[in-house]
Amino acid sequence: MLRYIVQRIALMIPTLFGVALLVFLMLRAMPGDITDVMFRSDGGNVPESVIAEERARLGLDLPIYVQFGKWMWGLLQGNLGVSMWTGQPVAYEIGIRLELSLQVAVMATLLAIVIAIPLGTLSALYKDRWIDHGIRVFSIAGLAVPSFWLGMIIILLLLTYFSWHPPLTFSRFTDDPVANLSQLIWPALAVGYRYSAVATRMMRSTILEVLQEDYIRTARSKGVFERLVIVRHALRNALLPVVTVIGLEFAFLIGGLVVTEQVFNLNGIGKLFVQAVTRGDHTLVQGLVLLVAVSFILINFLIDLMYAWLDPRIRYR
Amino acid sequence: MKARYLLAAVAVAVAATPAMAQTPKRGGELKFAVSAEPPNYDCHANTSFAFIHPVRPHYNTLLKFDAPNYPKIVGDLAQSWTVSADGLTYTFKLHDGVKFHDGSAMTSADIKATYDRIRDPQPGVRSVRKAAYEDIAAIDTPDRLTVVVKLKKANASMLANFASPWDCVYSAAKLKEDPRFPERNILGTGPYTFVQHAAGSHWIGKRNDAYHVKGQPYLDSFRAIFISGASMVNALSAGEVLAEFRGHSPADRDRIVNTLKDQALVQETPWQCNLVVSFNTRKKPFDDQRVRKALSLAVDRWGGAEALQKIALVRHVGGLLRPGDGLATTAQELEKLPGFSRNVAASRTEARRLLKEAGHENLTFKLTNRNVAMPYTPVGVFLVDQWRQIGVTVQHEQLDTKLYIAAQSRDNPTYDAALDFNCDFMDEPNLQLIKYLSADRSPINYSGFTDRKLDELYDKQSGELDRAKRIALLRDFERHALEQAYTVPTIWWHRIIITNKKLKGWDITPSHYLNQDLADVWLDQ
Repeated sequence: MLRYIVQRIALMIPTLFGVALLVFLMLRAMPGDITDVMFRSDGGNVPESVIAEERARLGLDLPIYVQFGKWMWGLLQGNLGVSMWTGQPVAYEIGIRLELSLQVAVMATLLAIVIAIPLGTLSALYKDRWIDHGIRVFSIAGLAVPSFWLGMIIILLLLTYFSWHPPLTFSRFTDDPVANLSQLIWPALAVGYRYSAVATRMMRSTILEVLQEDYIRTARSKGVFERLVIVRHALRNALLPVVTVIGLEFAFLIGGLVVTEQVFNLNGIGKLFVQAVTRGDHTLVQGLVLLVAVSFILINFLIDLMYAWLDPRIRYR
Repeated sequence: MKARYLLAAVAVAVAATPAMAQTPKRGGELKFAVSAEPPNYDCHANTSFAFIHPVRPHYNTLLKFDAPNYPKIVGDLAQSWTVSADGLTYTFKLHDGVKFHDGSAMTSADIKATYDRIRDPQPGVRSVRKAAYEDIAAIDTPDRLTVVVKLKKANASMLANFASPWDCVYSAAKLKEDPRFPERNILGTGPYTFVQHAAGSHWIGKRNDAYHVKGQPYLDSFRAIFISGASMVNALSAGEVLAEFRGHSPADRDRIVNTLKDQALVQETPWQCNLVVSFNTRKKPFDDQRVRKALSLAVDRWGGAEALQKIALVRHVGGLLRPGDGLATTAQELEKLPGFSRNVAASRTEARRLLKEAGHENLTFKLTNRNVAMPYTPVGVFLVDQWRQIGVTVQHEQLDTKLYIAAQSRDNPTYDAALDFNCDFMDEPNLQLIKYLSADRSPINYSGFTDRKLDELYDKQSGELDRAKRIALLRDFERHALEQAYTVPTIWWHRIIITNKKLKGWDITPSHYLNQDLADVWLDQ
C-alpha cells in the first residue's frame, strides 16, 4: 500500500509539469496582455512609454522560455508567483477565496449525498412504480436545469416574494453562522440539486445491477432480512461508482462554479478564475489551473484509496 | 404598458421636482456597488471608475468640479486661486488646518510633491496622465499655504486639469520615504479614512472626524461592494445597496424602478463617453478617404439615436465633443457636416457614388467590437445594418476586451474597422481630440493616420484662451476630421443612475469619474 501511494505521488509530478507547460503556452499564444486591460479598457490616453515600462516591470518583455524558467524555479521553491493585476502573491489571492469555495463544495456534496443515496436506492427498489417515476422526473429535471439558471430563479423568488436578497459579502461560519449560511445555502442548493441528480441516476442504475448479482440471490435464499440485504450487501457494493462520481464532481466544484459564483456574487475561486482570464493575469490563471489540477489528482487518489475500504477484495500493490 | 407609465411618472417627477432643501442627517453606512475592482491604490496610475469610486473618498484634490453646477470648478484643498492675464501663472491659496489621516499637516510642499510625481515620475512610479501637465515649467511654494504653478505656454485646459479626480494629493514626507508608497497604502486628507479592502469582496472607509470642512462628511462610513451584472441589479432592487455610480441600461433602470417603485430616484444626463468607428488606414481600402467617408455618410445617426435609446445607453447625436457642452457643435451646425445630415437618403446616394468612384461598390469587411453587451453590441448591430443599406457586407466580430484591444494594437493591427470608445472625466477638447491627432502624437489613435493639419489645429486651440477664437478653431478641426473620416463618432452615451431615495446629496454629472468623494452625501433614515 505504501509503495502504491509513493508511486502515485511520483506520477503526479510529470502530470503537473505537463499541465503547467500547457497552460503557460496557451495563455501566451493569445494576443494582447494585461497592460492592455489595465491601461486601455476604460478610456484615458496612457502614453506608450508607461505601457512599455509596465510590461517590463511584469517581465512580459522577456523571452517566453525565460518567463517559463522563472515561473518553474518559483514553483520548485513553493512560490506560485505574484498576481500581475494586484501585485499580491498568487497563493494569497487563492487562499482568501478558497475557504468560501470549499464550503460551498462541501455543502453541495453533503446535500447531494443526502438526496442521492436514499432516492437512488428507492428508485431502484421500486423500479417502474410511481415512486421510481417521480424520482426519475426529479433527477432528470436536475440534469436538464443549469445550476446558474436555478440560482437566478432562487434569487428572483426570494426578491419577489420576500423582498430579501442573500448577504453580499462573506462571513466565516465561525464568526457569524447565520450570515454565513444565509449566503451560502442558496448556491449550495442550486449546485447540489444538479449534483444530486447525477448521483441519483448513478445510484439507481448500480443498485439495479447489483441486485441481479449471485451474492444477493444467495443472501435472499439464506433468508437474510431484505433490509440487511440492501444495506449490507447491495448498497455497499453499489457505492463504488457513486463515490467516483461524487469525488469528481467535488473536484469540479472547487474551481468550476464560474457562473454560479457570479450569480450569487460569491468571492470564490470560480469568480477569481473569470477575473484572471478576462484581465489576462497569466500568473494567477496558471496558479488557479494548477490548483484545479492538484484537486483532481488528489481527489482521484483518495477515491482509489476509498475503493479498498468499500471493497476489501481490492488491493493495491 | 402599466409599468412603462409608472416609470415615466417616476422619471418625470424626478425631473420636474426641484431639489428640496433638507438638512443633512449624520450617521449610517452607505453601501454602494462597484462593478469592478482596482488593481492598486495609486490614483496617479489608474484609469478606471472602479478605482475612483472606492478610493476617491479618501483623498482631496487641489480643485474639483461642483457637481450640481457642472462644469463649474470650486476649490477642494485650494481656498482660492488666481490666474495671470497671460495664462502662464496660477497661484493657489490653500486651506489652513488640513491634516492627513496620520495627523500630519497638509502644506504647499505636499501639492508640489504630488504634481511633481505626476509630471515627472521617479523610476518605477507609474504616472498615466503626465502628458496633461507637460506645459508646466515649475511649481514654487513661497509659503506653506501658497502654490505657484508656472507654465511654459498657455494651456486652455490647465485650470480644469487641476480639478482632475485622479490627482489625489499625497504626503510629501511619505513620497520622500518611498515614491511608490501610494500603490499599497491609503493616506489622504479626504472625508473618509481607510478601514479595509477585502480583495474581491468589498472596501470600507469611515468618517474622518478631523476633516477640514466643518460638519462633513455626514456618513459614519461607506462600504463599496464589488458586484456586477444581474447580481448588482438584484442587490439594488432589494435595497441591499443604495446606488451604483457608473450607469445603467434602460432595461435595468426599468427593472429596478419597477421593484423599488417610489423608493427609486432616477437621474439622467448626456454622458462624457462615445462610441467611434475607427478605420484601419494602414489597410486597403480604408486608406482611401472616399471609402471612409462613404461609410460615415451611410450611418443615420439621428434615426439610430431615436431607436437605440430605447434599448441601449446611447442617446445623443454629437460630433467630436459631447453634445450639450458649451464648446460642442450645435445640432443645426452639425447637420451640415458629413454623416450628420437628416436627409439620409441623399447621404446614402452620395455614399454609393463615392464607393463606386473608389471601385468598392461591393465592399466586404469585418467590424471588430468588444463583447460588452451595453452599449457595444446594439451599436455594432446597428452599424452593420446601416452599411448593408449601401450594399456593404460587414461581419460583426465581438471579442473579449483583451483580444479586442490587441486587435487594435498599434504595432500589429489586425482589424478592418473597430468600434472604439472615448471616455473622459470632463468636457475638454484637449482630452477628447487626442484620438484625432496623428499616430505619432496620440497613444489612442488606433486608426494609424498622420494628419498634420489636425495636429496644427489642435495645438492652436489648446493654447487659445479666447473662447470665441477657440470655438472657431474647434469647428475647423471637426470639419476636417469628419471630412477625412479616419475615426468617426457614432452616438454619444446617456448616463442613467438609479439611487435609493434614502441616499441624499448626490448629484449626477456627465462623467462617472466625478463627484465621488461622498463628502456631501447623507442617508435619510
